Amino acid sequence: MSADLMTPRLSASPFSRANPVSKLAAAAVITVVVMLSVDWVSASVVLAAELLLMPVLGVNPWLLFKRGWPLLAAAATGAWATALLAEKTGAVLFQLGPVVFTDDSVAGGIAIGLRSLAVALPGIFLLLTTDPTDLADALAQKLKLPHRFVLGALAAMRLVGLLVEEWRTLGLARRARGVGAENRPLAKAGAFVGQAFGLIVQAIRRATRLAVAMEARGFGAGRRTWARESSYSTVDVWVLLGGVLIAAAAAAAAVAAGTWNFIFV
Amino acid sequence: MGLQSTTAVPGPVPVLAEGWGWRHAGRKAPAVSDASFSIEPGERVLLLGASGAGKSTLLHAMAGVLGDDGEGEETGRLTVAGLRPSDARGRAGLVLQDPESQLVLARVGDEVAFGAENLSVPRPQIWDRVRESLADVGLDVPLDHPTAALSGGQKQRLALASVLAMRPGLLLLDEPTANLDPDGVREVRDAVARVLDRTGATLVVVEHRVAVWADVVDRVIVLAAGGGVLADGPPSKVLAESATRARLVEAGVWVPGHTPQLRLPAAPAPGGPLLQAVGLDVARSRKAGPVLRAVDLDLLSGQALSVTGPNGAGKSTLALTLGGLLAPARGELSTTPALHRGAAQSPVKWKSAQLVARIGSVFQEPEHQFLTSTVADELEFGPRRVAKLPEAEVRRRVDNIAERLRLTRLLRANPFTLSGGEKRRLSVATMLATGPDILMLDEPTFGQDANTWAELVTLLAELVADGKSVVSVTHDADFTAALGGSAVRVADGGVQPVQTLRRAA
Repeated sequence: MSADLMTPRLSASPFSRANPVSKLAAAAVITVVVMLSVDWVSASVVLAAELLLMPVLGVNPWLLFKRGWPLLAAAATGAWATALLAEKTGAVLFQLGPVVFTDDSVAGGIAIGLRSLAVALPGIFLLLTTDPTDLADALAQKLKLPHRFVLGALAAMRLVGLLVEEWRTLGLARRARGVGAENRPLAKAGAFVGQAFGLIVQAIRRATRLAVAMEARGFGAGRRTWARESSYSTVDVWVLLGGVLIAAAAAAAAVAAGTWNFIFV
Repeated sequence: MGLQSTTAVPGPVPVLAEGWGWRHAGRKAPAVSDASFSIEPGERVLLLGASGAGKSTLLHAMAGVLGDDGEGEETGRLTVAGLRPSDARGRAGLVLQDPESQLVLARVGDEVAFGAENLSVPRPQIWDRVRESLADVGLDVPLDHPTAALSGGQKQRLALASVLAMRPGLLLLDEPTANLDPDGVREVRDAVARVLDRTGATLVVVEHRVAVWADVVDRVIVLAAGGGVLADGPPSKVLAESATRARLVEAGVWVPGHTPQLRLPAAPAPGGPLLQAVGLDVARSRKAGPVLRAVDLDLLSGQALSVTGPNGAGKSTLALTLGGLLAPARGELSTTPALHRGAAQSPVKWKSAQLVARIGSVFQEPEHQFLTSTVADELEFGPRRVAKLPEAEVRRRVDNIAERLRLTRLLRANPFTLSGGEKRRLSVATMLATGPDILMLDEPTFGQDANTWAELVTLLAELVADGKSVVSVTHDADFTAALGGSAVRVADGGVQPVQTLRRAA
């Protein structure tokens, strides 16, 4: 479990070798453009580019679906709700009692759904193709975020992996005591809260011990050096360029198609 | 600058305590008081004392991680290399007991580099130190090997290497082998001895199994429970002196040449079968592959069965499956009418109330099984809330078990505040309160002092004499020998044939 979280099976694609900071920047540029306009053309261009780039980025579609399906569901729900509630202009497509879908409301729904996916995917790609240690190195060395905070977060992530295992063990240990004897929902909820409390106690113990171990190894004493240099290479130029190109293409296509719809106007 | 510069003179470091003491904030009694000793550079010291004598506190103080005035009150003076320990960061390296909670990073090389980075060692030197430290502890894995994939012994050697990369002049080890199997204990002990021979660093190790370190150390300091130093000198002298020896034995220290006195009831001839495994595959979860295949095993009433084998071989998973907590991955696990008494054939299908009256599983970490905020509630939980016994019967059982396991004095205490030995006794007592026919224990003697150890062996032998079946997953050869009965060895994905043991004298 912990191995999964901290050492993701990264593909050997050039993208996974790019500096996490340039991936972040590319994702940010794309996200900003998609956020600026609610229209289906810019969102589709971005989404299409993201999907087409998956092999280049080394993202496994199956893994993406397994990790990202809740987002797909959320996007679909958002699209449905928008189509249902948006202003009912344009031709009526479907009507059943108070449920009315029109041309424009459906177009709005599709735009919202596509936009949610287009915004979410760059972040997921970043996580799927980046080693957490490399991300921490880049954040501290390139973006100059405080190393106490960055390394603390990194160590905490390892603990999260351990806690997944601990949760299972706690569940078995408590079943051995007879917890979960009652089938009433209230008793079940109580058992869950009890187990969660047990997990918190264990998490605090582990975190305290880890903090002592880190302190004993000189952590937090001030300036430090870095064993791994976080550096930029030509791959990073391509990543940034790719991000800017996708963003520009999306905006240009939407303006040309006349669907660009700046949210602040 | 306050920073450790790389040109600082490495080499062994002296430690000096002059009437030193520490009281944790919020506690009435000091953890350590009036400790005075002088440790010369390069000395190898074993620090002994009863549990609660403040050995770990003293070790943490030497490492400079005890905290500031807000976290406790200091008396006297303690120096490492002539400096306050918190100013001498990096001169002392601390290795803790639990391998899991001292790993910081995901990859072996990065983990070792962490301390050197914090001391501002220039990058090229860091990697030289990483390679050197890993070679010193004999950990031959690639630098990008995941730390999570190491065994317990390897993790402790990694922790040692991580400390060595800071080039400390003082090694501080806090029960570094208490959680390891015999191979792991040997690995770590040998690595420490090798490192000391090469670097000449000073050593202070806390450990209650004296035999492990007897050949490595050249001095023993015994802390007295009420403050001060009880004995101090070469191991041969301190451990041979009869008054000191008697006090150490009384304090539960494993003194070489002394075996705890056991008065065990005669082991009965095992009775009829309770639980039968035929071609059983066991797995941690439905998704994970089986760790053991085709296990054939009969568990009889009045039988003591020890399950032995290396770490990670699947012993615990087997016990969880036999205990009705994990579903068998394949094959058959059935119970005889003597055990199921009308409930379902397969233990995993039992309701909680049926389970606790038939099989009790005692986990390795007692805290995982604590559910309430007092010892009394903990003991009453099973009989009252799960088995729903009449109130008078609940009272009778709880009083009886509390008395038998010496918990009566602690009934109002919070389980989480008990000592390690008390927690272990309580976790066994909670399981016995519902009167199961089978008791499954996972590493019941891990980290226990000699007194708790002897109590446990006696209690389990009594249960067996009463016709109960006791299954222990254990690395402890002394325990297996003392309890007798039979043993199976788990290795290479299967269970080797049952072996009958004669109880050691």
